[in-house]
Amino acid sequence: MADTQTTQTMQHILARHKGQEGPLLPILHSVQAEFGFIPGDVVQIIADDLNITRAEVHGVITFYHDFRDAPAGKHIVKICRAEACQAVGGNAISERAFEKLGVGWHGTTTNGAVTLEPVYCLGLCACGPAAMVDNKVVGRVDADKLDRLLQEAGA
Amino acid sequence: MKDFIIPTRLANGDIDMGTPASKSDVMVTLTIDGFDVTVPEGTSVMRASAEAGIQVPKLCASDNLEAFGSCRLCVVEIEGRRGTPASCTTPVMDGMVVTTQSSKVKKIRKGVMELYISDHPLDCLTCAANGDCELQDMAGMVGLRDVRYEAPKGGSLANHFEARSDAGAPNAQFIPKDDSNPYFTYDPAKCIVCSRCVRACEEVQGTFALTIEGSGFNSRVSAGAAGDDFMASDCVSCGACVQACPTATLQEKSVIEMGTPERSVITTCAYCGVGCSFKAELNGDELVRMVPYKHGEANRGHSCVKGRFAWGYANHSDRILNPMIRDKVTDPWREVSWDEAISYTATKLRDLQARHGVKSIGGITSSRCTNEETYLVQKMIRSTFGNNNTDTCARVCHSPTGYGLKTTFGTSAGTQNFDSVEETDVVIIIGANPTDGHPVFASRLKKRLRQGAKLIVIDPRRTDIVRSAHIEAQHHLPLLPGTNVAVLSSIAHVIVTEGLMDEAFIRERCDWDEFAHYAEFISDPRHAPEATAMLTGVDAGELRAAAKLFATGGNGSIYYGLGVTEHSQGSTTVMAIANLAMMTGNLGRNGVGVNPLRGQNNVQGACDMGSFPHELPGYRHVSDDATREVFEAIWGTKVDPEPGLRIPNMLDAAVDGTFKGIYIQGEDILQSDPDTKHVKAGLEAMECVIVHDLFLNETANYAHVFLPGSTFLEKDGTFTNAERRINRVRKVMAPKNGYADWEITMMLANAMGSGWTYTHPSQIMDEIAATTPGFANVNYEMLEVRGSVQWPCNDDKPDGSPIMHIDGFARGKGQFIITEYVATDERTGPRFPLLLTTGRILSQYNVGAQTRRTDNTVWHEEDLLEIHPHDAEVRGIRDGQYVRLASRAGETSLRAQITDRVSPGVVYTTFHHPDTQANVITTDYSDWATNCPEYKVTAVQVALSNGPSDWQEDYTAQAEQSRRILPAAE
Repeated sequence: MADTQTTQTMQHILARHKGQEGPLLPILHSVQAEFGFIPGDVVQIIADDLNITRAEVHGVITFYHDFRDAPAGKHIVKICRAEACQAVGGNAISERAFEKLGVGWHGTTTNGAVTLEPVYCLGLCACGPAAMVDNKVVGRVDADKLDRLLQEAGA
Repeated sequence: MKDFIIPTRLANGDIDMGTPASKSDVMVTLTIDGFDVTVPEGTSVMRASAEAGIQVPKLCASDNLEAFGSCRLCVVEIEGRRGTPASCTTPVMDGMVVTTQSSKVKKIRKGVMELYISDHPLDCLTCAANGDCELQDMAGMVGLRDVRYEAPKGGSLANHFEARSDAGAPNAQFIPKDDSNPYFTYDPAKCIVCSRCVRACEEVQGTFALTIEGSGFNSRVSAGAAGDDFMASDCVSCGACVQACPTATLQEKSVIEMGTPERSVITTCAYCGVGCSFKAELNGDELVRMVPYKHGEANRGHSCVKGRFAWGYANHSDRILNPMIRDKVTDPWREVSWDEAISYTATKLRDLQARHGVKSIGGITSSRCTNEETYLVQKMIRSTFGNNNTDTCARVCHSPTGYGLKTTFGTSAGTQNFDSVEETDVVIIIGANPTDGHPVFASRLKKRLRQGAKLIVIDPRRTDIVRSAHIEAQHHLPLLPGTNVAVLSSIAHVIVTEGLMDEAFIRERCDWDEFAHYAEFISDPRHAPEATAMLTGVDAGELRAAAKLFATGGNGSIYYGLGVTEHSQGSTTVMAIANLAMMTGNLGRNGVGVNPLRGQNNVQGACDMGSFPHELPGYRHVSDDATREVFEAIWGTKVDPEPGLRIPNMLDAAVDGTFKGIYIQGEDILQSDPDTKHVKAGLEAMECVIVHDLFLNETANYAHVFLPGSTFLEKDGTFTNAERRINRVRKVMAPKNGYADWEITMMLANAMGSGWTYTHPSQIMDEIAATTPGFANVNYEMLEVRGSVQWPCNDDKPDGSPIMHIDGFARGKGQFIITEYVATDERTGPRFPLLLTTGRILSQYNVGAQTRRTDNTVWHEEDLLEIHPHDAEVRGIRDGQYVRLASRAGETSLRAQITDRVSPGVVYTTFHHPDTQANVITTDYSDWATNCPEYKVTAVQVALSNGPSDWQEDYTAQAEQSRRILPAAE
C-alpha cells in the first residue's frame, strides 16, 4: 500500500492526465519525473484509475528501459552502444567508464553520483562516439572528455 | 449404449483451426496447395488451409484467440506478393494462390524452430507435456534435426532454462517454477513467449491478470506486477491460460502427477446453471483433468475454476460409500448392505403411511442430479408413495422465475441461448453477480462489453461487473435490498411516460388494452424515480438515464439471478422484468430477452421434470385430468389430483405431527434453506429422514437412513442448463458407491412395490419424451449426434429452440401484469438497523459440500461479513475481527471484512460454510406466490464478539455427535 504522501501526489498526477487519450505512458513519464523512478506501490493506483490491471501497467513499465524501479544516481550518463559509435571506438569508451566508475551497465556509483546506462543511437552518428549526460548530448567523446564529464558529475 | 469416446488429440472436430471463424456471409474462393477452398470473407489463410485439411505449422495461433503473428512459423508464399506473409494474420482474397510448403518457407520454419529450441530444455521424455506438446509436434512437423547454436569455448549460450551455467554460476535469466496456484504450475524455463496465455486471459476470460514483462530476450510471462506470483495476482484460476499454453510452461498439477491422459469422454459440468461441456480426460478410470470442450454450445471452450479444477471432491475421504441406518438420530451410524438399507427404508415408509396416512411422507428432488433421476424421484413420490408431496431446491431459488415467466410469456424458462449475448447492445443485470456465480457467462458478457455494449447494474453491492478491468457499467443503481419492484416500476414509468416504448411490438404481440391499463397504472406519479428514491436509495437522475439507455440503446437484454427471486416480491419482480422486455420490444430475436441465471446445474431440469407439488412434468397442473391420464396410463397407478406440500409446508406439517418421513436426494436443506432452527425442528419431528447424498451433509445430522450417492462422473443422464439446453452427462467411471442415483431410487421404489425395469437412463428419457410435449423429440441417439438441444424440441421444433417466442408468445399474447410495490414485512428498526443480503463467491459453490472438499478453499476458507466503513466505525469494528450477526431469527458469528462494495446500512455474506450457518439469521418470510424464501433481506444488528455463538458451538457438538459411524462388524 502506498503511503498518504504518495497517494496524494499520484492523485495530482492522475488528475493532470484525466481524459487524455492513451494516458498510460504520459502518466508514467510524469511519475518518473516526480519520483525519479516508478515506485512499485503506484502501479495499482494507476491501474485502478485507468480501469486496467496492474499486470498491464507492469508490462508497459518493464517494456521500456527508461522507466526504472529504483532511484537513479544524481546524474545519468548514457553511452551510445549502436553500430556507428562502436565503429569509432565506442567500446573503449564504455570500458573506460566501467573502470572509472567501478560499475557495469545500469549500475550506480557507491557515492550515488552517477548511474551508467547504455543507449542505442542518439542520432549523433556523424560525431561519434556519442554520450548523454542527464539530458545533454555530447559528441566526439574520447578518454579525456569522458574523464572530464565524469568528474563534473561528481564520480 | 456406447460411450462417446474420442482420442485426446487432433481427432474429430478437435483440430485447432488457428484463427476464429469469420461471420461474414460473403464467400471467397482461393487456391491453397492446388486445392480450391471457399471460405467466408475475413477468414485467415491459416484457417482456410485448415478448412481444406492442410495444417500450417503454428505456435502462437489458436482458434479461440485473435491472430497475433508473433511466432513466424506459419509463413506461406502467396503468388504475386512479396516475401512470406504469416498465414494467421493474412486474410483470404478472391483468387489468391497460396503455397504452404515451398523450399523457401520450409527453410524459414526450420530456422525459426531452431531458434526456439536453442532456448528450450531438451527434457521431453520427463516433461509433463510429453505427447501433448505443440512445440514438440511443430518441431516434428518442420523436420528440425539439428540445433547448430553452440556455446563458445568455456562459456555458455544465454538461455532461460538452466539454473546454473556449466561453470556453476547462477543464471540471471532463470526464474524458478511458480507453484503457488493449487491446480497448475508456471515453469518459465519452458516458456516460448508465444503470448497465448496472456491473450487467453484477456480475450477469453477477460481478467487481464497476465502480461509480458520486459522486451526482447528478457520478455517473460508475468502474473500481476513485480513481486506477484499467480496466487497474488488477479488470476481467477479459470484455466484458460493453461489450456492455451502449447508447452509444459502452464501445466495442470494433476497431469504432472498422473501423466498424459489417453482417452476422453465428453460430459457436462455439475456446478452452476451455465452447464459447460467438458472433456473428462482419463487414464483407465482415473480422471486426470477436465478440459472445457470447445464445441460445447453453452461455454464455447471456456471454463471456470470450479468446473475445470474443483472435481477432487469425487475422491475425497469424507465421501460415504456404504449405506447406513440408525433408529435414532442420537445413535451412531451403522453401515449395512444395500439390501438391508433399502428394505429397512421401504418398510419404514410404508409403516408410516399405514399409521399416519398416505400423505404423511414425501420427498425432495435435487437440482444437482440428472433430469432422469429427478423424473424418477417425482415419479416414485407420485406413483409409489401415492401423493404429490414432492418439491425441489428450486423452491428456494428460481420458483418465482417459473411462475412469473409462465404468467407473462407462457413458458417457465429463459428466452435466449447464451450465444445471444454476442449481439446485445444494452444489458441490464439485476440481482446477479455473474463474475462469481456464472463466471463463464460473465466472460462472454465481458467480451461483448469490451466491444462496446452498454451495461446497467441494479444491485445493492458494487459487484465486479460494475467496474473491473476494461469494463464499467454506464449506470449502477445501488438499491436497498427489497426494493427491486420499486426500481423496476420506476424504470417502466420513465419509459412509458416519456413514450419510449415499442408500440408496434406491443400492438402486435401483446394485448393493447391490457397494456393501456398497465400504462395507466405505471404512469402514476407515485412510480416516478423522484418519488421512489426515498424508498430505494437510487438516484432519480441516474435511474432516468438508465431507463432511457435501455429503451433506446438497441438490442436490450436482461439477465437476473437470485437477487430478484429470493424476495417476498420475487414473482412480482420477475413479472416486472418481463413487462420491461415486452414494452421495449426486446423479445423473440438474438441479443435481447429475459435471462434467468440459474444457480445450480439442473435447476431448469428439476423444474421441467415435475418436481413441484402442483405440477407434473412439463409444467402441467396435477388437477388437469388429461395430463394425469397420460401419466397414469404409462405408470399404471393413479395420480393424486390434489397438489402436495411445498418444502416449508412439509416442515410445518412435521412440526404439527402430520408429516413423518422424507426422502431427500442431493439437497442440504438444513444449510441451504432459511431459518435453520425451524428446519431443524421439522427434521427432528420426523420419524424417517432419508438423506441420499455424497457426504454426511448438515441435513444428515438429523437423518435415519443415509444412502450414498454417485457423482456426475459416475452416471449417465442429462442436465438442462439456464438456456434450456439439454446436455448429456456421461459416465466416466464406475460409481464408487456401487450404484448410480437413478438405480438407488429405483431400488427403493421397487422395494415399495413398484415394478420398474429401467436398465439405462435413456429409457427414462424416452418415457419423459413420451409424456412431455416439450421433450417429444428428445432422445439419447439424437443427443449423440447433435451434442445438445434446447427445448421445446418436438415436431414443431425438430431442431430445438435456441430463442423462444420468435413469432408469438407461448401463451398467445404477452401479458402485462400490474406490479405494485409492497414492502417486505422484514424491516429495519432500532434493534436491527442493518439489512443483510447474501450471495456467493467464485471459488465456492452453494452450501460448499463439494468445493469445500477441494483446494478451492485457498481462495475462501470462511464466510466473511462485508460491512461499510461507516457502519463498522460506529460499532468499533476493525477488519478481520469476529462479529456477532443477529436477526429476529437467530445469531451467528463470523469475521468482518470492511469494504465500500456495500452501501452504508447494508451488510453481506456468503453461505458456503456450515460453521457460519448464515441461514440461522434468515427469516421465514417468503415470496407471496411461490414461497421462495426471502434470503436477500434480513434486518440484522452487528456487534463485536469474542468468537462463535452458543448456537454455533452447540451445533458443532451435535454435528460431531451425529456423524459417528460404528466400526464395521468383523
